[in-house]
Amino acid sequence: MTSALHLEAVRKSFGNTEIIRGVDLEIPKGERHAIIGPNGAGKSTLFNLISGRFPMTSGSIRLNGEETGGLKPFEINRKGLSRSFQITNIFHNLSVFENVRCAVLWSLGYKYSFWHRLDGLRDARLRAEEVIESIGLAHLGKRPAGLLTYAEQRALEIGITIAGGAEVILLDEPTAGMSRSETANVVELIRRVTAGRTLVMVEHDMGVVFGLADRISVLVYGEVIATGTPEAIRANPAVQEAYLGGLHKDAGPESAEDAHA
Amino acid sequence: MQTTARTLRYQPLDLARWVIWGSTALLMAALPVFFTQGFAITLMSQMGVAIIFTLSYNMLLGQSGMLSFGHAVYSGLGAYFAVHTLNLASKGQLWMPVPLLPLVGGLAGAVFGVLFGYVTTKRAGTTFAMITLGIGELVFSCSLMFPDFFGGEGGVTTNRVFGKPFLGITFGPAVQVYYLIAFWCLVSMALMYAWSHTPLGRMANAVRDNPERAEFVGYDTQKVRWYTLIISSFFAGIAGALGVINFEIVTAENVSAVRSGGVLLAAFIGGVGFFFGPIIGACVFVYFVVALSDHTKAWLLYLGMFFMLMVMFAPGGIASLIMMQVQLIARKRFGRIWRQYLAAGASGLLVLAAVILTVEMTYKVSVDSSGGTLMKLFGVEFDAAAAGPWAVAIGLWIVGGWLFNAARKRVAHTYGEIQAEFLQGRP
Ligand SMILES: Nc1ncnc2c1ncn2[C@@H]1O[C@H](COP(=O)(O)OP(=O)(O)OP(=O)(O)O)[C@@H](O)[C@H]1O
Ligand SMILES: [Mg+2]
Repeated sequence: MTSALHLEAVRKSFGNTEIIRGVDLEIPKGERHAIIGPNGAGKSTLFNLISGRFPMTSGSIRLNGEETGGLKPFEINRKGLSRSFQITNIFHNLSVFENVRCAVLWSLGYKYSFWHRLDGLRDARLRAEEVIESIGLAHLGKRPAGLLTYAEQRALEIGITIAGGAEVILLDEPTAGMSRSETANVVELIRRVTAGRTLVMVEHDMGVVFGLADRISVLVYGEVIATGTPEAIRANPAVQEAYLGGLHKDAGPESAEDAHA
Repeated sequence: MQTTARTLRYQPLDLARWVIWGSTALLMAALPVFFTQGFAITLMSQMGVAIIFTLSYNMLLGQSGMLSFGHAVYSGLGAYFAVHTLNLASKGQLWMPVPLLPLVGGLAGAVFGVLFGYVTTKRAGTTFAMITLGIGELVFSCSLMFPDFFGGEGGVTTNRVFGKPFLGITFGPAVQVYYLIAFWCLVSMALMYAWSHTPLGRMANAVRDNPERAEFVGYDTQKVRWYTLIISSFFAGIAGALGVINFEIVTAENVSAVRSGGVLLAAFIGGVGFFFGPIIGACVFVYFVVALSDHTKAWLLYLGMFFMLMVMFAPGGIASLIMMQVQLIARKRFGRIWRQYLAAGASGLLVLAAVILTVEMTYKVSVDSSGGTLMKLFGVEFDAAAAGPWAVAIGLWIVGGWLFNAARKRVAHTYGEIQAEFLQGRP
């Protein structure tokens, strides 16, 4: 069976600095995969390459066996990959409902139609409402997205990402900046809405990572230094030295203590 | 299922919509009954054309976030194709009844939308604005280079009355032209409103808000902008052709930057954030241009000042001012503020009088003094070169300015209080 995502020797330079330095990664269908690594390791950059936001310098990225290098973001999205952003990226002046409905229109085949009446599109409405319900924002459907709280906006970000029914979902730090209880909610939400799909997630919160991921890859200075099950990663000495040791500054005291234990 | 049962709350209020559109149609049909003078009919005809043009412009600016400095290209070229078609038709070389002429203009506009839009919509933001400016200049210079098509200095003239009358309609009398324009205006308004509730229309809003996000939900933002511009150009072309029927002449001014700037002004004055904003803006703008220019040579100055004030103090345009009051009325707060509005309005009139007096006397003295400096304003005759009237003007400035400033502060204070109550969630 072909893997959902297959990266081979992916490289990316900004000017003279090479940020991604030869990444190989294979993620089978249905896996929940976490990418961890210190600040500035290139995790978001890797997402930007996979989703077509930036062109890669060299290498190959295949989505369900099909090469996507050089494609535009919307082309990659139409092939079944959808992503969220580290910095909330929503339609601020549109209502929550409209945000999500915009995200389902293409997948339902309405394209650039100016001959369908939006409110007459039952399937788009039902799908959007189902998504809003599942991200827990049903009571805020009419509120402009710009007026939501931070946690609500993050939930909406996930809603927009999954609404189109993409099989491969990339989430960039979905719990960043959230309180403990909010984080627990989001983990539950992610588990629910990505059931049966392939999930790739960048995350700093080790509790979330070890609770959610089937496998973990560790990215340090643009290179994957280890990939494996949570247990294997926890036990890997190279990881402990290169990454978990350097975790003090960004992942809170508990995880750092875990790493030293 | 539970979820489906609750979905009805997103259903639009169809009844309210029918009431609004029905009364708009009635109003447009009834206007010539109340305003029968020739001048009023022409004014209303021009407003109808301007409404279509400004709404088509706002498909770009307000709905899709595209600031165009060259929208007159589409209405103007539509007008030129319409005028040549009309001339061929009146010579009997072509079958084209006058009521369908707007379609010719619309199609021509759309074709140029396809051509020019392909270039302009490659980029958004400032780059888009600059390219539209360039294309506007390009087309305007073409109008001087190809006098056969563009008619050179004198433009292209035509005659809308030809052939046998149909049911007694010749389109000779201005009121018949008004009804033709009113019909197309209503149809265009309804279609443009409908467009804003289609997948393309909604995605245009999304692209305006956040083009990057739109790309990541499967949309090619360039195509969204391009298709929107084509549709917008179609309606601009309709407006252009109606202008031909109304004036029976097209000149290079129709494709000029002045026209393009005018529609931008009209849209801003009315307010780009609401569908009905440009409708109001178009009417106000035409009133300034047509009616005020009859009364004073300084009309452009007044228009400029009005535009500046709007941009500075009511950037959402007249529409947003109206919606603010609607909110106050709906939530039962208007009673607390209307007296202060009245005070601000009254003192504002004093300031307005000061402005008018100053401007008109300045004009009389500096531009228009060949026939002496005697002038008449507000029914009073006086000498603009004498000290007395100037003293009155200064007095009006001081008293009016002081009163208005105080009243304005009180309005702002009360309005702020009410908004704070809303924020605290009081009913
Ligand atoms: N568009 C860009 N141009 C130049 N340099 C960039 C660009 N995007 C990212 N970088 C650089 O690439 C490096 C990796 O950034 P990236 O955002 O991928 O890190 P990250 O692993 O996501 O970090 P964090 O955990 O802080 O989100 C950083 O040094 C950053 O400055
Ligand atoms: Mg990042």
